[in-house]
Amino acid sequence: MAIVAQSSNASRASRATLAWIVGLLFFFPIFWMVLTSFKTDADAVKPEFLIFFQPTLENYLNMTENYDYWRFARNSVITAVFATIFALAVGIPCAYAMAFNPSRSTKDVLMWMLSTKMLPAAAVLYPMTFLTKSMGLFDTKFLIIVVLMLINLPIVIWMLFTYFKEIPKEIIEAGQMDGVNTWGEIREILIPLAWGGIASTALLCFIFCWNEAYWTVRLTTTDAATLSKLIEGNRAPEGLFFGRLSAVSTAAVGPIVVLGWFCQKQLVQGLTFGAVK
Amino acid sequence: MGRIQLESVTKSFGDVQVIPPLDLTIEDGEFAVFVGPSGCGKSTLLRLIAGLEETTSGSIMIDGQDVTQVSPSKRGLAMVFQTYALYPHMTVRKNIAFPMRMAGLSEAEQEKRIMAAAESLNLTDYLDRKPGQLSGGQRQRVAIGRAIVRDPEAFLFDEPLSNLDAALRVGMRLEITEMHERMKTTMIYVTHDQVEAMTMADKIVVLRAGVIEQVGSPLELYRAPRSLFVAGFIGSPKMNFIEGEEADKRDAKTIGIRPEHIDVVEDGGIWQGKVGVAEHLGSDTFFHVHGTNLADTLTVRTVGDVALRHGDTIQLRPREDELLRFDDAGLRIA
Repeated sequence: MAIVAQSSNASRASRATLAWIVGLLFFFPIFWMVLTSFKTDADAVKPEFLIFFQPTLENYLNMTENYDYWRFARNSVITAVFATIFALAVGIPCAYAMAFNPSRSTKDVLMWMLSTKMLPAAAVLYPMTFLTKSMGLFDTKFLIIVVLMLINLPIVIWMLFTYFKEIPKEIIEAGQMDGVNTWGEIREILIPLAWGGIASTALLCFIFCWNEAYWTVRLTTTDAATLSKLIEGNRAPEGLFFGRLSAVSTAAVGPIVVLGWFCQKQLVQGLTFGAVK
Repeated sequence: MGRIQLESVTKSFGDVQVIPPLDLTIEDGEFAVFVGPSGCGKSTLLRLIAGLEETTSGSIMIDGQDVTQVSPSKRGLAMVFQTYALYPHMTVRKNIAFPMRMAGLSEAEQEKRIMAAAESLNLTDYLDRKPGQLSGGQRQRVAIGRAIVRDPEAFLFDEPLSNLDAALRVGMRLEITEMHERMKTTMIYVTHDQVEAMTMADKIVVLRAGVIEQVGSPLELYRAPRSLFVAGFIGSPKMNFIEGEEADKRDAKTIGIRPEHIDVVEDGGIWQGKVGVAEHLGSDTFFHVHGTNLADTLTVRTVGDVALRHGDTIQLRPREDELLRFDDAGLRIA
């Protein structure tokens, strides 16, 4: 008995150690980025100032004064929030229909949706650029919202579908027998019951929108430029200014890290696709 | 009013036809029970009436109005599910109020009906609880409450008692029967339990592989089953079936006799065998008799306690006028 207990203690300890190592491995780049953001551009590349240096806020002040950080941040918030809302507005009825009134082709439709994620974005870069320019949508928030919504829609529908599947069909049928129409059913029964799943989906969608860099960088110049564009724009011709770049990056990922911290539970649930109840 | 008519209704899932053309009328105020072994299509038939499944062809009428293409929410029927299907995020009060809220009833009227339903179902103390805090029996009462407040054309019950334990089942059976006596609303009740069917129904519909085997009152089915299937399905313990010489003597392929129609006699019995298991219930005794050369086991029911034990020889005399005769196709010979 004692031996069994010991060995399980040992394996628990080794597992915990492993978890810590992996955690630190993931955390280190963020830590380093934050650290570098408080160094001057000159200090940032000097080995003697690796850990001990004279902290400065210069990079952050520079960022807000010269780059108009708040405009980029506002664009990021607006595009991510609206893209998430629209993705849910389309995704919820869609997933509802597929979960509770499946047809023979439901599985195929789901696979087809997922397959759109397999298309290399670069393949449609030029058509997208020319089309949006000729339609006068280039560098508009509207365009970014639509694009972010569309690229995340497959994931949103898949996640919602998985959550909705867990709701017993009888409860939805009871609603039908009780005289509710389809919208009433979604509003009164489905959304309250799948609230946790919808929140996880929304959170994940929001994070994906916020982090998206390919299209937001290429389909914007100034008006609709998001924080991704701000980071990308910090490649000066004279070379990279690591201090400045780190400050911009920290300010860009900061909000999402804080959000993720507070919604850890929901996120874990979302990422495991409803497998853990 | 709730007269429900099915006219040559069929249902197929893909290439599999689960309900071949079927006609059935359930009169207003009738308590109809669909009974049959699992997979016989009884639940599908109920769901077709509810509108939860679409008919493949044929029509369904409620009070003479064709509702085949009408959505379940507009058919004016209430349903009680086997799994209760309560809304887990709402309190008992809100669950019961839900259909009335959807129908746009006034708050005052809603409250009045909730209280009336809660009182008749003994739920008054639980109105502010969530379904998760209730026992199975209480949940089923809430489901019934949610159905009755709507004042529907008809109630549909889909095996509502099969998730309850035996004692509760008997109690709820009585309550539902009393509810029907009081309300006189059409009820359609699906079960695989023939005891429920016998005790509750005005009209039993026996189904087998999607086909109606027989429709009739419980006693009609008991006394005059149309086929071997109905004869074997209705009644507990089951009817004895005998083939061979005894059947030939009576010009039948198979003869059937219920356990209570075989008398145990001291001597001069027509059949004899050895007692296998003897079930002494006090009021009745059931003997499972082997070695009769008629069937593997003959079940015999006698009133009171008869002092025969395992291994004893037993003399039996069937009541000739109660014997049922069946032909090669399994249909009863009148």
